[in-house]
Order: sequence, then C-alpha cells, then structure tokens
Amino acid sequence: MRLSYPSNIKVIQVPCTGRVDILHLLNAIENGADGVYVAGCLEGECHYLTGNIKTRKKVNYVKRVLQEIGIEPERVAMFNLSSAMGLRFAEIAREMDEKIKALGPTPVRKKEAA
Amino acid sequence: MIVADRKSLEEILSMVKDYKNILILGCKGCVTVCNVGGVKEVEILASALRIARQKEENEINIDTNVIERQCDNEYVAQIKDSVGNYEAVVSMACGVGPQFLSEAYREQKFYPAVNTTFFGGAVAHGIWEERCAGCGTCIIHDFDGLCPVARCAKSLLHGPCGGSSKGKCEISKETTCIWDSIVSKKMEQGRLNDLLKVRAVKDWRTARDGGPRRSIREELTK
Repeated sequence: MRLSYPSNIKVIQVPCTGRVDILHLLNAIENGADGVYVAGCLEGECHYLTGNIKTRKKVNYVKRVLQEIGIEPERVAMFNLSSAMGLRFAEIAREMDEKIKALGPTPVRKKEAA
Repeated sequence: MIVADRKSLEEILSMVKDYKNILILGCKGCVTVCNVGGVKEVEILASALRIARQKEENEINIDTNVIERQCDNEYVAQIKDSVGNYEAVVSMACGVGPQFLSEAYREQKFYPAVNTTFFGGAVAHGIWEERCAGCGTCIIHDFDGLCPVARCAKSLLHGPCGGSSKGKCEISKETTCIWDSIVSKKMEQGRLNDLLKVRAVKDWRTARDGGPRRSIREELTK
C-alpha cells in the first residue's frame, strides 16, 4: 500500500494490546514522550478475547493520573482497528500527530534534557 | 483481608513536597491482594510522582522496595541498612505498616500513601466489600454466617429497621440490607424461629470501645 505516516511516531510491537501495562504508558510519559497511543484490535475481535477491553481501562487510568497531575489527558489515547485497516492506521497516526503538535511539547522534561 | 484505597496524588504530593529523595515501600500482604500497595502499585505511584515533580521542574529521586509484610518486625528489619538513605519514606501498606516502621526507625519520617478502609473480600474482579468489623466477639453463627455488626449500617442485632426496602439499605441502592438477607436465608431453611432467640446485650468491650486490643498466644511467646 506504501502509505506514509509521520516519522516521529515510534511503533512498539506487542503480541496483544492486553500486554500493554499502565507502567509502560507512564514510563513513556516520564521519559519525555509528548504523547503515547495504543492501537488495538476492534472491540469484540481480540484474539485473546478481552485484551483490548482491559487495556482501554488501563489507558483511561493513565488519563486520570495525568489529569490529576495537571497534564493534558489527550496525550494518551487508545484506538481500535483491525490489521487489515492500513489506511486507518496511517490516518490515526496523522490525527494523533496533529493533536499532540497542537498541545505542544510535553511539560515533563528531565533537567539534563532541557 | 485488610482493604485499602490509595490516597489522591495531590495529597501524597503535598506530603512529600519538601523532599527530593524518598523511598516508596510496598507490602506483599493484604494491600498486594487488593491491588493498592504491591509491586506494581509502588512502581505506578513512583512514576506518577516523578512525572508530577518533573513537570514542576522540581525533580525527586524515588527508590522503591516491597517487603513481605510491614506488620512483622522481622521483615521491617530488612530495610535497616537502607532506610537512613532517604529524607522520608512513603508506606503503601495498611495503617499498621507506617506504625511498625515508625516504631522501628525513630529517626526516619513515614507517610501513609493509602487510606485503610475495612476487613473484606473481593466480590468481583476489582470490587471489594466489607464483611467483618473486628468486634472481638463473633456472633455470626446466630445469623447463618452473615454479620449484622459489619454489614448493617446501624449494626442492629434484632432485625431490620424501617430503612430496609426491596432488599436494599436506605443508605445506598448498592448496599444490601443484611437483615433482609438473614431473614430470607432463615426462611429458605425453615428456621425463622431461630431469630426469636433473646440474646444478652452485646459486650462491646472486646471491640474498639475497650481501647486498643492485644492478642497473646502463650504457647508462642518467649
């Protein structure tokens, strides 16, 4: 398909979104990521039955943590799409890239990085 | 088990606002089972606090550790070599933990990261409910294993009050009227007459009313 999506997005593969943990998302933010999103299978079509449903709850937990700290919760998001939806994958990547660019850089910067 | 809820980040952040080097200490006992103060929750709290402090450009060093139980001195002693390396220690154990720690290490400051709520169990994944009030004189055999002391909002011992409606307590639609459950169970078993038993007034001296309690098993003491 040779679709392009923003090059600033780093893809980390997991066997199922159920493997994604609250800590993975928090660590990404802690280490300076401007945003992080999870691309899971369509709801009801998880190969492991409920991995994507569980992770949606974890994503919502991280959003609440960020809100409590005073960081925009939109920096963390979850999307659902199937592996056959390449066009949608590229579209989501662009959407997220635009949203994060509109929010600006993360306020979480380590001193040495500043 | 003892059930607890984590305090808000705002409250914990205000506790540690003056420190730049702290330890978060979890417990592998009850708070691990109710997912509030075990290995994972300790790391989540540490990460959230670090993010908050980095945002304020006031970085904090946070080390983490989880011991077997904070309610036993032999485990509390395991941190004796490292406890002095920090300005303060945040305990994620129930209310017992910070007290055992405070008694063992008089020179250190300990802060609780959780609100200890009740003795209970998991009724569904992620949902815990109170089952025991620790009154010190168990009488649930008279009520077919259901405790009106812990589960009736008024701890009534002789039947439901006027606030019982369709099996629910007037305090909340989520709360079962335990007296409705007790009477239903007795009726199912054809033993409703059991409830006619006249009982002596409950002795509350074994509960908190008698002051802090102590349990001694002579065969184990040295």
